[in-house]
Amino acid sequence: MQTLTEKDVLSIQPEIEKIAAQYGLDYFPIIFELVDYDTMSQLAAYGGFPVRYPHWRFGMEYDQLSKGYRYGLQTIYEMVINTNPCYAYLMRSNPLVDQKLVMAHVYAHCDFFKNNYYFAHTNRKMIDEMANHAIRVRRHIDAHGLDTVESFIDTCLSIENLIDYHSPYIRRQAGKKEPEQTAPRKAVKKLRSKKYMERYINPPEFIEAQMKELEKQQVDHRALPEKPERDVLFFLMEHAPLQNWQHDILGIIREEAYYFAPQGMTKIMNEGWATYWHSTMMTEKLLHPSEVIDYAEHHSGTIANHPGRLNPYRIGFLLFKDIEERWNKGRFGKAYEECEDILAKKHWDTAAGLGRQKIFEVRKLYNDITFIDTFLTEDFCREHKLFSFAYNKSNKQYEIESREFKTIKQRLLQNLTNLGQPIISVIDANFQNRGELLLQHQFEETELDKNYAADTLKNLQAIWKRPVHIQSILEERPVLWSFTGEEFKQTWISGN
Amino acid sequence: MLLHIDNDHNRFRQIIKGKIKENLRKYISQGEMVGRKGKDLISIPLPQIDLPRFQFGDNGQGGASQGDGEPGDPLGGDPGDGGAGEAGNQPGQHLREVELTLEELAEILGDELELPNIQPKGKKEIISKKDRYTGISRVGPESLRHFKRTFREALKRQIISGQFTYERPHIVPIREDYRYRSWKTTKLPESNAVIIYMMDVSGSMWDEQKHIVRLETFWIDTWLHYQYKGVATRYLIHDAQAGEVDRDTFFSVRENGGTVISSAYELCAKIMQENYPAEEWNIYAFHFSDGDNWSREDNKLCAEILREKILPKVNLFGYGQVESTYGSGEFIDFLDENITGFDNLVLSYIPDKDSIYDSIKDFLGKGK
Repeated sequence: MQTLTEKDVLSIQPEIEKIAAQYGLDYFPIIFELVDYDTMSQLAAYGGFPVRYPHWRFGMEYDQLSKGYRYGLQTIYEMVINTNPCYAYLMRSNPLVDQKLVMAHVYAHCDFFKNNYYFAHTNRKMIDEMANHAIRVRRHIDAHGLDTVESFIDTCLSIENLIDYHSPYIRRQAGKKEPEQTAPRKAVKKLRSKKYMERYINPPEFIEAQMKELEKQQVDHRALPEKPERDVLFFLMEHAPLQNWQHDILGIIREEAYYFAPQGMTKIMNEGWATYWHSTMMTEKLLHPSEVIDYAEHHSGTIANHPGRLNPYRIGFLLFKDIEERWNKGRFGKAYEECEDILAKKHWDTAAGLGRQKIFEVRKLYNDITFIDTFLTEDFCREHKLFSFAYNKSNKQYEIESREFKTIKQRLLQNLTNLGQPIISVIDANFQNRGELLLQHQFEETELDKNYAADTLKNLQAIWKRPVHIQSILEERPVLWSFTGEEFKQTWISGN
Repeated sequence: MLLHIDNDHNRFRQIIKGKIKENLRKYISQGEMVGRKGKDLISIPLPQIDLPRFQFGDNGQGGASQGDGEPGDPLGGDPGDGGAGEAGNQPGQHLREVELTLEELAEILGDELELPNIQPKGKKEIISKKDRYTGISRVGPESLRHFKRTFREALKRQIISGQFTYERPHIVPIREDYRYRSWKTTKLPESNAVIIYMMDVSGSMWDEQKHIVRLETFWIDTWLHYQYKGVATRYLIHDAQAGEVDRDTFFSVRENGGTVISSAYELCAKIMQENYPAEEWNIYAFHFSDGDNWSREDNKLCAEILREKILPKVNLFGYGQVESTYGSGEFIDFLDENITGFDNLVLSYIPDKDSIYDSIKDFLGKGK
C-alpha cells in the first residue's frame, strides 16, 4: 500500500468539515498534522503538547508507548488536544478510510471541548502556556541544578492528584468574608480598682488596646484550614515553607493538573460522543462502498467489549445512541415512567423526534458522573448485559457480583467519583499544636494502599518540612499514618 | 516537528541504571535476572520507579463491566482498569519491567564492582569471514540467477531495440541479460576467548549449591561477553569421571558417584591442548565444587595438573567452593597451600547466595 502524502489526507478535510457543520457540530478551527509512529509516541508521552518541561517521566511514557507499537501491542490512531485552534495528529501510516474515520472522530472531540461545560474554564492557549512552563522550569534548573529541581518535580507529581476537581465551577469560600463576631466577646480583663479610681486605673485607651489584643488572639487561634481543603496543592502553595522557585514549580504542576482534569471527568462522554459522530458521519455520508469492510473492522475494534473492563468508547457510544432513541420515541417523562404495561412500553413511540436535540444538550451540560446517573437505565443494563464485579477476599479473585441495576449503577458511579481516586483533604495545619500537617481520607469502602501512602507522605513531608499525617481506615479501624521526617509510623486511633 | 523526548528518554534510562546499580547486590544474589535473559536484552523488574500517589489498595475496589456470566463467576482476565474509573487496582503495579542490553548490564556490573578491563593476550583478533548477498553481478551460477532483474534487463533491451510490442509482450532474455546475485565477504573479528566451566555433580552437590553456581556463571558470562567480541563456552561435569555436556545438562544433571576432581582437570587440559592453543586464545577456566575430593592422592594429582598443564596457559583459573553439609570442604585450603607462584589462580569461598557478589569480585577483579 502506498503511503499517503500530507496532501492526500488534508484534501479530504474540507469535505468532512462541511459535513460536521451540517450536523450541527460546533468546533474550533482544526489543524491536522501527519506524523510517524515515533513522533506520535513522543507526542502522546507529552500529553499531546509539543513542548513540556523536562522530566524523565515523559521519557518513561515514550519508552512504553514506542515499544507497545513496535511489538504490535497497541496503535495510537490520533491525538487531539483541547486548544484553540485545535491541533490533531494523525498516524501517517494509516489507510485513507481510517484517516476519514479519525478525522470525523476528531471533529466531534473538538466540538465537545468547545461546548462541554466542564471544559469552559480550561486555557485554550495551553500550548503556549506549556511552553512557558518549560522555559520557567529550565531556568530553575539552570539556577539550582537538574537533580534538585527534578527531585522536587518528582515530589510535586506525587501529590498532583490532590486537587479539588470541582473547584473551577463553584466558589468554595463565598467572597472570603471575615467571620462575623457571633461568638460572645470575652470580657476584657480589667485591673482591680475602686470605682472612683476606675477612670485612672483602666483608662479607655487601655481597654481599647486590650480589646485589640484579644481580637488578634482569636484570629490567630482560628483553625487552619477553617474547612477541610480538598485542593491540597493550593493549600501548600499558600502555607508551606517554599522557596520562590519551588512555589513556581508547584504552581505549574497544579495548573497542568487542573487543565487535564476535565478530560478525566468526561472520558466516557467525550469518547462516546466522538464515536457516535464518526459512526454517524461515516455511515451516512463519508463512506465509499469499497471501504465498508475496513470501516466496519476499525469501528468494531473501537467499540469492542473487553472482558473485565468497561470500554469508555463503547459504553459512551451506546448510551448516546440510547438517549437519542428514547427522546426520538418520547420514552421519557412521567407518563412513560409510570406506565406499567410492558407491551405498551416496548412499543412506546410518540414520534417526538427530540433525539438529536437532546444529545446535543447532554454533551453540553453533563460530565461522566451526571451522565451515568441520569441516563443509565435498567433496560439499558439488561440489554447490554452489564454487571458489577467485586473482589472476593476469601478466594482472592474478582467475581461477578450482581446484575442488579442499582448495584451496577452504584459501582459505576463509585469508580467515577473523584476520577476513581481517594478523596483527601487537609483538615489541620497545626496538628497536635505542633505545626504538623494532618490530612484526612474520606473513607468510602476501599482502603488506601499502605506502601504508596507511606511514600507519598514522605514526599509531602519534604514540602511541608514538619511531620505529616493522614487519617484513614484500615481493617475497619481508624488509623493514623505518619511520616516524621525520619520514619513512617502507624498508630491506631482509639476513642471516638 | 522537533521534540525533546531524547533528553527525557536518556534521563529515564539513566535513572533506571542508577536504580539497578543501587540494587545490584540484591539482583546478583537473588538471581531475578537469570531467567529473564533474551538474546541481547534482559528484562528487570524494578521497584519504585513509579511516582507514588495516594491510591486505593490492590484489593477491594469493585467496578462494572459487560458480558455474560452469573453472579459468583470469576471475572475473566484482570479487571485491569477497574471499570470506567481509572482505579489503580492492578496487582503487581509496583513493579515496572525495564529492559537493558547485556552490554549496559555489564557496564553497571563493572562500575559497581570496580572491575578492571581485561587486557587480552595473544593475537588481538582472529578474523572470520562472512558472506552476505548484497549485490548483483553479470556472471554467476544458475542457482543464483536473479529472475526479476534478468527479465527487467531483457525488457529494457527489447524496448531500446524496438523488439517489444504491447500487443505481444513476450520477453525473452538472452545471455547478456542474465543477472546473478553476488555476495560480499565481510570480515568479522571472531571469538578468541573461551570459558571452560567445570562442576562437581556428585551426590553432595544439592540444588541450592547448583543455583549458586548458575548465578555465578551468569555474571561471569555477562562480563566476559562484554570484554570479548565472541566467547566460546564449554561445560564439563564430573563425579568420579568427567565428561563434556551442553549447557542445559550442565545445570540439571545429578550423579551419585564419588568425586575425583583430577578427572575434570585432566579433561580440561586435554580440551585446551586440542582446541585452544594458548598463544591465540584467552582461556578462562572455572571450577565449582563443594571441596570434598576422593583422596589426598587425587588432590596432589590435581595440583600437578594445574601447575603443569592448566595454569601456565589460562588467563584465569577460578575455583569456587560452595558450602555443603557433607564432606570436608578441604580442597580450597589444599590449593591455597600447595599452589604458589601463580597470580592467575583465584580461590573463592561461597557459603551462601549473599556471597556471590563478593565472589564475582574475587574472580573478575584481577583484570585478567
